[in-house]
Amino acid sequence: MEDHAIDREWKKGSAELLLLSLLEALPRHGYEISKLIEQRSQGALRFHAASLYPLLYRLEKRGWIQGRWVEKSGQRRRRYYRLTSQGRKILASQRQGWQTFVEAISRITGVENA
Amino acid sequence: MPDWNEPIRKQLANLKLAPAREAEIVEELAQHAEDRYRELRNEGATEAEARRIALEEVGGHELLARELRAVERTDAAEPVVLGAGNKGGVLAGLGQDLRYGFRTLRKAPGFTVIAMLALALGIGANTAIFSVVNGVLLRPLAYPDPGRLLQIWESTSEFREASVAYPNYLDWRRESRSFTDMGAYRSDDFNFTGAGEPEHLSAKYVSGSLFPVLGVIPMLGRNFLPEEDRQGGACAVMLSYGFWKGRFGGDPNILGKALTLNAVRCAVTGVLPDDFRFSENAKVYVPIEQWNSVEFRTREEHAGLGVLGRLKPGVTIEAAQAEMASICRALGRQYPKTNAGHGAKLVRMKDDMVQNIRPTLLLLVGAVGFVLIIACANVANLLLARSTARRREFAIRTALGAERARVVRQLLTESVLLSLGGATVGLLLARWGTSLVLAAAPGSLPRSGEIGIDPYVMLFTLAISIATGVLFGLAPAFHSANANPQESLKEGARGAGGGRHRAEGVFVAVEMGLAVILLAGAGLMMQSVWRLWQVDPGFNTRNILTSEVALSPQVMASPPAIRLAYQQLLGRVAAVPGVHSAAITSVLPLSESDSEISFWPGTGPQPPQDRTMLTMFYIVTPDYPGVMQIPLKRGRFFTDRDNLASPPVAVIDEVLARHIFPGQDPIGRQISLIVLGPVQIVGVVGHVKHWGLDSDDTAKTRDQVYFPVWQVPDKFMSEAVAGLVLTLRTRLEPLSLVPAVRAQVAGPTRDQPIYAVRTMEQIISSSLAERRFTTLVLIIFAAAALLLAAVGIYGVMSYAVTRRVHELGIRAALGASRGELVGLVLRQGMKLAAIGMAAGLAAALALTRFMANLLYGVRPADPLTLLAVTLLLGAIALLACYIPARRATVVDPVIALRCE
Repeated sequence: MEDHAIDREWKKGSAELLLLSLLEALPRHGYEISKLIEQRSQGALRFHAASLYPLLYRLEKRGWIQGRWVEKSGQRRRRYYRLTSQGRKILASQRQGWQTFVEAISRITGVENA
Repeated sequence: MPDWNEPIRKQLANLKLAPAREAEIVEELAQHAEDRYRELRNEGATEAEARRIALEEVGGHELLARELRAVERTDAAEPVVLGAGNKGGVLAGLGQDLRYGFRTLRKAPGFTVIAMLALALGIGANTAIFSVVNGVLLRPLAYPDPGRLLQIWESTSEFREASVAYPNYLDWRRESRSFTDMGAYRSDDFNFTGAGEPEHLSAKYVSGSLFPVLGVIPMLGRNFLPEEDRQGGACAVMLSYGFWKGRFGGDPNILGKALTLNAVRCAVTGVLPDDFRFSENAKVYVPIEQWNSVEFRTREEHAGLGVLGRLKPGVTIEAAQAEMASICRALGRQYPKTNAGHGAKLVRMKDDMVQNIRPTLLLLVGAVGFVLIIACANVANLLLARSTARRREFAIRTALGAERARVVRQLLTESVLLSLGGATVGLLLARWGTSLVLAAAPGSLPRSGEIGIDPYVMLFTLAISIATGVLFGLAPAFHSANANPQESLKEGARGAGGGRHRAEGVFVAVEMGLAVILLAGAGLMMQSVWRLWQVDPGFNTRNILTSEVALSPQVMASPPAIRLAYQQLLGRVAAVPGVHSAAITSVLPLSESDSEISFWPGTGPQPPQDRTMLTMFYIVTPDYPGVMQIPLKRGRFFTDRDNLASPPVAVIDEVLARHIFPGQDPIGRQISLIVLGPVQIVGVVGHVKHWGLDSDDTAKTRDQVYFPVWQVPDKFMSEAVAGLVLTLRTRLEPLSLVPAVRAQVAGPTRDQPIYAVRTMEQIISSSLAERRFTTLVLIIFAAAALLLAAVGIYGVMSYAVTRRVHELGIRAALGASRGELVGLVLRQGMKLAAIGMAAGLAAALALTRFMANLLYGVRPADPLTLLAVTLLLGAIALLACYIPARRATVVDPVIALRCE
């Protein structure tokens, strides 16, 4: 496993925020989401399907995202998730919270704000 | 490409997800695994390696199962239908059920149409009857606070509800404290002249207080003023809305204009509103004090006066009744000769209007309920047959995780959809049927103007259609929901539908039973009407034309002129070709009018009230028995020489003869008539059933006295002629003579109209109107029941034959003859029919007792009727079974056996 650099608990706390952020611009399917997390974190963060999909289902159940089967020609159908308006509000407030949290940590630990 | 589904499904096996949900998750994760596998392969991994990694990441050593359990647990029990978002719970599910229901019904148009028609028939008939019951019995009268309006009758030792003597009404109104006010009214007719064709108007005399008591405000103008409702006051008149529209084109400047009524000019003071339904036919209303008649001012005469009172708020009807009783007792002490023993009877105005029709309507409500049950049984049978065909569909749904409750709900949604569709058609049927029935039996219902489809009727229809949808949908729904998916899915399985066959057998038996009851009811009513037509009314009803006549206002001034005018009129009319003879009478038998007077034997003074008797009293011209063909039993009838110059004479009927002179010869004896004095009996004629073909035998006043018109004293002449009826015996079809008779009656002055022209047969027919109405409706219901039951048993037997094709084929192959095969099927069908009919007969015996009051000349348990009904229904059932049975015989054993 390559994700030992970041503590499992940290990842868990930030996972919802990551997913919502990735769906902000456009609907994506699960595989695409997992790839994007891996690429954009330059390999620091990785979600395997076993934890990614249950999380997606959880967010869907809360009404923050909504999944829909989309069939494209010549392919098997895929389930695309998009942000709901409720999800958009949650995303905004989580971003705000995360920002405050990170700043607070920085001030205490002296780590430069990214 | 490796198979991803199976290993992923294994991971989820322990979660016990709903099948549809599981399938969805498996599909999504399989897609992911495949994407990952491709990626790994592109990066150079071996097939086995790539497969292992992909599966590990997806399954993640129980991680997936653990995480999913936390997420999916809460809705694991909820069934999910493939391809549909699962949001919104019950309501969304209902929408889904509705959409699916619509689709299924559209896919089976034949079934849908037949089921809807059966339901439309049942629901339509129920709606029609309910709209009648609603309009007549339930809906409050269209006056403000109608519960406080009471009809007040005078009660005497002979009549519990007699019309009121006007002086008594005045005393009641003055003395009573229970009422805000009382009003009085009386029907009459007016000759309307001086504005084109003379017209005869139905009218009401009303007290000035009547409209305020009812709470009616004129649409135009004002109510009568006290000075207009006063003896000698200037004549005023109020118009009904219809008359104002029809005769005056809704002239907005009508107020103050004068109408000539019975040669008196009356100024229009107001027009009543369009929805004023106090009288269905009165065109004008005139203050009651304008009625200058002698009988109006006496306490002896109860000249058709009705009295209405409006209770003060908070006063109960019992308290008012008690107060009126004490007022009447005081009047009895004050006027012992006329008022001793008289009381007052208070009835709520609506109850008073509808009390006679209530039992009839309740009977029809019961009958129409049976029709609905039969329709429901029929549709339930159709649904049962269909549910067998749909077993596979429900097996698949159950296998995919649909719960029983959900399947039942889906089926009930479909059946409610069906019944709502039926209700829509039924509502149209009801509108059309109600107007048809009302047109077929005019005048047989009080408040018929208020019958129609209103929101309450719509609500009723909605309620019964939902209720029936659930009712007839339940059995088939549970039958389907209980299907064992494994059995049903086996190709070609001949469903072990034991439950179904029992249920449809029960339905057929129920239909047959109810049909027997309805047919018995209709049969008994038909017999009653038929027997009534056979009753001898005491005269020959054929070829008699009757009409009321208004004499020219010019002759009304002097009694000798009146007599002369009548003599000339009779002479002219008798000379019309086709007229055999002509006569005049004050009252027509069977016409719902009556004229009773007090009499006593001998020539002495009037005995006390309790010893005077009442007799029907006819004032007639000498040819009357000739026109009516009333048989002369003894003595003679009148001649033209029985006039004012000769001693007063009378002819009595045989009932009075037996009553007063039992075993003696009444000819030459004397009786005394009130007001007129002693008369000598010169003849005895046969009794005429005056009160009705059915009710005359039990009427209170059956004695009959005839008195010659020409002997009516001058002082009573103008009143005596007020309602005289012209009767003609014709040689031709009576109505064909109307134009000629009208021309001859009009006379040289052209101002004597005839009106209310009817043949005697029409009068008898309308005297039976209410019974004919009931009979007609029951016949319609019975016919519908017969049709539905026949279709029901036919459907079940057709299906049974289809199901037994295999068996019948084997029997045919083994040498069974066609007759044996037909017998086999017939026996099966007729067994059901027989069970139903036997139960129906027992129920009919119990239920027809309730219609005993509506029957005439036939007992409720009339064996002939019940036998006829059973035979008719049996024959129809036999026919309905025979058609499918015949089909069974043309089964080719080879084909039947190859079908498997």
